[in-house]
Amino acid sequence: MFGLMALILAVLTIAAYVLGRRRATAAAGGDLSVLHSRPVYHGAYAALLTFLAAFAAAAVAALVMRWFMDGSLNSLISDLAPSLSSIERDLVRSDAAAISVGGFPSRVDELRRAVAERHGTLAGLSAFLIPGLSIAAGLAALWTALRRVNADFRARNLSERIVMGVLIAAAVVAILTTVGILTSLIGETARFFSQIPVHKFLFGSTWSPLSGVFEGRLDQERVGALPLFAGTLLITFIAMLVALPIGLFAAIYLAEYASPRMRSMVKPILEILAGVPTVVYGFFAAITVAPIIRGLGETLGLSVASESALGAGLVMGVMIIPFISSLSDDVITAVPQALRDGSLGLGSTHAETIRKVVLPAALPGLVSAALLGFARAIGETMIVVMAAGQGANFTFNPLEAVTTVTVQIVMLITGDTEASTAAGPAFALGFTLFVVTLGFNIVAQRLVRKYREAYD
Amino acid sequence: MTLTMENPAAQAAPRNDLKFACRGVNVHYGDAHAIKDLAIDIEDRLVTAFIGPSGCGKSTFLRCLNRMNDTISICRVTGDLKLDGEDIYAPRVDPVQLRARVGMVFQKPNPFPKSIYDNVAYGPRIHGLTSSREELDALVESSLTKAGLWGEVKDRLDKPGTGLSGGQQQRLCIARAIATKPEVLLMDEPCSALDPIATDRIEQLIGDLRSQFCIVIVTHSMQQAARVSQKTAFFHLGHLVEYGDTADIFNKPRDKRTEDYINGRFG
Repeated sequence: MFGLMALILAVLTIAAYVLGRRRATAAAGGDLSVLHSRPVYHGAYAALLTFLAAFAAAAVAALVMRWFMDGSLNSLISDLAPSLSSIERDLVRSDAAAISVGGFPSRVDELRRAVAERHGTLAGLSAFLIPGLSIAAGLAALWTALRRVNADFRARNLSERIVMGVLIAAAVVAILTTVGILTSLIGETARFFSQIPVHKFLFGSTWSPLSGVFEGRLDQERVGALPLFAGTLLITFIAMLVALPIGLFAAIYLAEYASPRMRSMVKPILEILAGVPTVVYGFFAAITVAPIIRGLGETLGLSVASESALGAGLVMGVMIIPFISSLSDDVITAVPQALRDGSLGLGSTHAETIRKVVLPAALPGLVSAALLGFARAIGETMIVVMAAGQGANFTFNPLEAVTTVTVQIVMLITGDTEASTAAGPAFALGFTLFVVTLGFNIVAQRLVRKYREAYD
Repeated sequence: MTLTMENPAAQAAPRNDLKFACRGVNVHYGDAHAIKDLAIDIEDRLVTAFIGPSGCGKSTFLRCLNRMNDTISICRVTGDLKLDGEDIYAPRVDPVQLRARVGMVFQKPNPFPKSIYDNVAYGPRIHGLTSSREELDALVESSLTKAGLWGEVKDRLDKPGTGLSGGQQQRLCIARAIATKPEVLLMDEPCSALDPIATDRIEQLIGDLRSQFCIVIVTHSMQQAARVSQKTAFFHLGHLVEYGDTADIFNKPRDKRTEDYINGRFG
């Protein structure tokens, strides 16, 4: 079905382009300069119009058919078996669909066969109707477009306006998606907080939401997210402690001291580090780094948990280094050479120039690089799942196991507790994370704007 | 056409102490031979102008005088360049210290993204020229005054230097260079990014500063060279073609190429 539609759209569009172009050339009668728009624009206009019409017709037809099929099958089921609940009705329908395409239904009976038959008829109808309508609409659009071709027709302006419309539509989709995610996030979070007081969630120090579930209700005393916030902060702090200095110093070396050859070798290697999947970092942390830390701790006479915040934080820091160094390197390189020359011309050394002129000039970019690294650290999940444990200990001791906000969201959603119960705390955590990250983004943008006119 | 000389100082062309004495200077950028066997003596307390068509090596040679070319890895300077009788390319010479003695003003105004005060105080702070805040304040004020900018900025010393107009920015850069108390001021086309009024201010400023510094200015404008300088050097294809009193260069050039250039036949 999908392949067929793609083929139809492609054929129609290409045909429209070729025909539109040919017709425009013919309309010019040998002298192309009499045309307002060059033939390619007439072709493009016909192609755009045809494609959009065919695509829209197919989309509308598919939606209508789906709606019609739903209504028809549901009414058939309620006629044949009026006593079924809605869940059972859905099961019957999915079984019927399986029967009609020769799949594996959970059960075969009279009801299901009857529904399958209707399903088959309707599916056959839509398999015929959707491409048919699409082709008809496409041809109608093509005919309109071709009829309008003449020397004065402003195909160039019109096709550009259509393209602008397509671009706007793309932007709107992105915005609407964001709005949609936000709405569902806020809605679910509000529902959670209608059951649980906000202060119990934000300031409670016991996190074990699913152990207290009674008749689908959460125990207010066990949804205190403070241990998660503490764990997240602790691990993020350790990660930034590793990533910020190393990333920044590496960037300064690359941008200011490294020879072009060295730079062309080192930069790609750093970027490979950025391409390592976080899962790999995770088991590196759990299997390699954690035992080393435990061994070290034991020789020093410290008690180290087998999964520790320190191990996860260190490895996460290593993961973030390439982000910070690569961005900082770009920012430092973007500082105009004229500023360096000015400073060197006053008799300052290279290091003084970097410290007093280049880095201050690059500061806004460096701040946003750091905040980007910070946001990644807060959102990172895989490393923490594997290396920091899942115990919600309320502690700032880096040698103990801790857990983070993101890890607990994973635990809640992938666990086998019913989604309607587990989703509440997960959404509340996600919303908190979202607010924090958004706050950091806003602060970062403010900082950047404040210092933007630093150099031109 | 011959430019008439209205600069009495140029006609007097005093004989001063030598500041730079250069012999057999060659500069290579990779394989390109930018300066060819150049010899020149530059006098103290007057303005020497380097003129010539684009790519003739005048800026390159200017940047040899404070070793700014050291920052370009493919650039190689050979020959004998002496400042006050001392070889500035000798191994024991620290280019950083040299640049404190030989200040530079660039083609495009390049104030640091700092306040006006901090821009001027940059050099003195680096070199520890002052021991108290009051001394530094006084140095900043006197430098800005010498650069003819004090009256315009004295109420907004804490505002960013990048917020000034182009001409003001260039005078700020001159103040910044003066504050380091150099002996020589190198100016690489200091007015090429400025409008005529700002250019006039800078030219007056150069005239005022002449009594305290050895000034070397690279310029594309022959009129500017005639207005501000007492000595002029004409560069062509990496050679120093002619060097002498500005009045002589413009009124009775000895070399055919100099004559063609100042009469606008090429360049």
